[in-house]
Amino acid sequence: MTTWIDIGPLDAIPPRGARKVTTPLGCVAVFRTGADEVYALENRCPHKGGPLADGIVHGHAVTCPLHNWVFDFTTGEAQGADTGRVATYPARVEGGRVLLDAARLQARSQAA
Amino acid sequence: MKKLVVIGAGMASGRMLEELFDTAPGAYAVTLFNAEPRGNYNRIMLSPVLSGEKSYAEIVTHDDAWYAANAVTCRFGEAVTRIDRARKVVVGAQGEVPYDQLVIATGSAPFIIPVPGRDLPGVITYRDLDDTNAMIEASGKGGSAVVIGGGLLGLEAAAGLRLRGMEVTVLHLSGHLMERQLDEAAGFLLRRDLEHRGIKVMTKASTTAILGDDRVEAVLLEDGTTLPADLVVMAVGIRPETRLATDAGLEVARGIAIDAQMRTSDPDIFAVGECVDFNGQLFGLVAPLYDQAKVLAQTLLGAEAVFVPKELSTKLKVTGCDLFSAGDFAEGPNREDIVFRDPGRGVYKRLVIEDDAIIGAVMYGDTADSNWFFGQIRDGADISTLRDTLIFGPAFQGGAPVDPMAAVAALPPEAEICGCNGVCKGTIVAAINGGASDLAAVKAQTKASASCGTCTGLVEQVLASTLGDRFTRKAVQPVCGCTELTHEDLRRLIKSQSLKSMPAVWQAGAWKTPDGCHVCRPALNFYLLADWPLEYRDDLQSRFINERKHANIQKDGTFSVMPRMWGGITTPDELRAIADAADKFAVPTVKVTGGQRIDLLGVKSEDLPAIWADLNAAGMVSGHAYSKGLRTVKTCVGTDHCRFGTQDSTGLGIKLEKALWGSWTPHKVKLAVSGCPRNCAEATCKDVGIICVDSGFQIGVAGAAGMDLKETERLGQVETEEEAIALTIAFVQLYRENAKYLDRPYKWVAKVGLDWVKERVVDDLAERQRLIDAFAVSQSVYQKDPWAEHVRERSEQYKPVNLSGFAAE
Ligand code: SRM
Ligand SMILES: Cc1cc2nc3c(=O)[nH]c(=O)nc-3n(C[C@H](O)[C@H](O)[C@H](O)COP(=O)(O)OP(=O)(O)OC[C@H]3O[C@@H](n4cnc5c(N)ncnc54)[C@H](O)[C@@H]3O)c2cc1C
Ligand code: SF4
Ligand code: FES
Repeated sequence: MTTWIDIGPLDAIPPRGARKVTTPLGCVAVFRTGADEVYALENRCPHKGGPLADGIVHGHAVTCPLHNWVFDFTTGEAQGADTGRVATYPARVEGGRVLLDAARLQARSQAA
Repeated sequence: MKKLVVIGAGMASGRMLEELFDTAPGAYAVTLFNAEPRGNYNRIMLSPVLSGEKSYAEIVTHDDAWYAANAVTCRFGEAVTRIDRARKVVVGAQGEVPYDQLVIATGSAPFIIPVPGRDLPGVITYRDLDDTNAMIEASGKGGSAVVIGGGLLGLEAAAGLRLRGMEVTVLHLSGHLMERQLDEAAGFLLRRDLEHRGIKVMTKASTTAILGDDRVEAVLLEDGTTLPADLVVMAVGIRPETRLATDAGLEVARGIAIDAQMRTSDPDIFAVGECVDFNGQLFGLVAPLYDQAKVLAQTLLGAEAVFVPKELSTKLKVTGCDLFSAGDFAEGPNREDIVFRDPGRGVYKRLVIEDDAIIGAVMYGDTADSNWFFGQIRDGADISTLRDTLIFGPAFQGGAPVDPMAAVAALPPEAEICGCNGVCKGTIVAAINGGASDLAAVKAQTKASASCGTCTGLVEQVLASTLGDRFTRKAVQPVCGCTELTHEDLRRLIKSQSLKSMPAVWQAGAWKTPDGCHVCRPALNFYLLADWPLEYRDDLQSRFINERKHANIQKDGTFSVMPRMWGGITTPDELRAIADAADKFAVPTVKVTGGQRIDLLGVKSEDLPAIWADLNAAGMVSGHAYSKGLRTVKTCVGTDHCRFGTQDSTGLGIKLEKALWGSWTPHKVKLAVSGCPRNCAEATCKDVGIICVDSGFQIGVAGAAGMDLKETERLGQVETEEEAIALTIAFVQLYRENAKYLDRPYKWVAKVGLDWVKERVVDDLAERQRLIDAFAVSQSVYQKDPWAEHVRERSEQYKPVNLSGFAAE
């Protein structure tokens, strides 16, 4: 079941920017693209733990700030020659508010 | 005969009645209410009426004769005030009418932003003929109009008013026009076209109030700007007109809730048009309303019909602005973009692909193929086999794959290759046959590709097709995969075409991605802010995290903070403040750096604004220890204390650091000033290193002691401190204006030659002064304390959103 929780206004995230969301189970990075879509990814780079929320956002991807691995928002897969994957979480915008799926965030704790 | 009452004589109900009368004339006795004192007309065509291209008579869809022929009882100019469901009557000003079946088709109402002054005479919305006539009348007196809202309606109003001779400004809240239909690049092209017709466009403009005593006089923006206005058009959006339905106790979401047969929560009441809400979806274009109208007519006649919303497309009805957008740009897994740009013709096309089908398309400047693309979207066609040539449209599909070389070979001699310099193919071929065998030679002899460089690829193809196997392409390194341009081409393009925004460069440079990548965006951001300090606004999101957060990221995601110590001089008070900050924020490591200052390492992102605020309070600015900008100016103690000192090296170092700090440069810039040739400040391996001597100052540049080791070269020797500062600033500015992003000065000087630099910085006094003035202009914008600014305005961005509570359940 999806339980959408409101994490704040879209305006709190700059276009082509991100916001870190802390949950008891670890951090999630919520990204806003240039076209005002939102995506949520696990904030930890599988390479050496770089904080993805601090990366540069372009198209539907983010570049890790530590060593430039690039991750696709929709699949969480590392692009190009790098291999690795971060978890993705359902996120959407409604009425100017950013919503995350709480059920999925919790499911992660059970899986982990 | 059954009694059908219809509330609202608009485009949806009009189409529904046509269907009804065509299929089963005489099935219903119809009473039609309309708040407007007229029957149905083509509302879409109000814009051509406003601009003078059409008259009202030309856009009437149902005239008196039509209503009479279909025996419709018209109650025009009479708004329905109530629906009494218990008695099955609707109540209008002139009395009640009973119904067997009722249709609500009230459309929508313009949204009015709740600012003071919104009720002043002269403030108009744009919805019906009366609004249109009011605008036509107001424009007769000339003057200025402000249109609030840069969407479809606002822009059509703006274009119409401009054609009628008014000075028009469009205010738009978002960063680019029509952001719901267009992406940034197309929005930019649209803006440029509108500006060419004399319409002023202000984006990110938020209206605070409408000013005036007994009619509108001006519009006040949030940033304090006041725009004089004789007319204000509010076109910020619409919302479904649901009041009657709500009062009658029908189920209403954002619009009147209906099922796929257009039935409301009352089985005898139906709704159609912009007033409805179908599974959470609202409608603002006529195509789906016509589908609804058909379904409703069938339902009323007892036939089976189901409403299925389809993909929508939008075109702007402003003559000369060719744009098209369709489909879905919203989130969806595995999406990819195909982008095509033709800077010469101002053409931009973008397709959004998902699972081998096109799901969205934006086109600007050339919409000839839009219907074909729209068809592909609607049909969900599999495009996997067309992918490579898809963006070129239907003409290229189905045949053999296109060979760009064949296309160039087939061009006639008079075909223009280089638009900037007007060089045609024949001229280039003649040069090649005369011995020009590579790009540089062709460029030198014909000037083809010598300006903006975007035709470089074409020129190379002419070379290849003329020379055959004898042609070898010189390996040029483009900035990144987003463009074919080199850094040098890019800098030239920005200057020669006065490109002042990222979307402008993406378009002119034929970028292959919608908004660049982590390689090109930081470079582009620097080039733009270095060339247009006053016009371009620094884009934080195009900066590497260190420059976005103004602190250096560490391997564990924490940051370092390094307060500036001007020329390496500090005081006990400053040291105490640093110690206090280290204690207060539990800083794990405090280190003296190689740059004569103290580094606090391991600070958490969320603590940054607080630690900066403390350091600011103690009179320090945090240092640019991370930037592609001025870092440190190392000094030795000089004449103040040293028995060998010849000049005040510490004092000069501090002056230089205070003059240069805050400026952004292609790569970092480090300086040093030593008091004598013993050189304790290691000035001979800096980007700029000054050695004081008895007779003055020896200025060296282009040294290195990082990945490469290189001694500085002598730029000049001067007698006074002022001249030493002037030469330094002029050198730094020349570097800012010309170097490739991420070239340290020594790499750049190696490319252009020290003599070239000397000519401009030392010999040509007028050029030296121009450089110094240009640097001052840039510093007027960029020499600011970003830490204080972030503490003030952005500290929220440093805090994570905390959801630790939610999972406790
Ligand atoms: C802190 C410091 C080392 C120290 O503890 O002393 C330092 C630390 C770093 N240096 Fe350095 N450099 C430091 C002085 C130097 C010096 C000596 C100097 O400035 O006199 C050099 C040689 C001179 C030069 O710049 O050429 C130096 C040459 C480099 C280079 C090579 C640059 C080059 O063009 O060759 C890099 C890499 C780069 O910038 O691309 C670098 C990059 C770095 C970075 C920023 C790496 C990074 O991107 O994270 C290190 C950040 C550490 C951190 O986590 O904060 N650091 N680095 C010094 C800070 C000085 C200051 O107060 O600002
Ligand atoms: C300037 C302009 C340009 C447009 N351009 C385009 C375009 O290019 N393409 C496109 O697809 N769409 C365009 N549209 C949108 C399109 O016109 C609407 O989607 C369409 O008209 C909606 O039809 P409707 O029947 O739902 O509402 P309307 O056509 O608005 O009709 C509703 C009618 O109900 C009446 N009414 C409301 N309340 C009551 C009441 N209580 N009692 C009696 N009567 C009432 C109103 O007076 C109105 O006449 C444009 C709209 C405007 C204003
Ligand atoms: S030399 Fe500089 S970049 Fe290398 S580890 Fe030391 S501080 Fe980091
Ligand atoms: S930690 Fe992300 S790329 Fe190395």
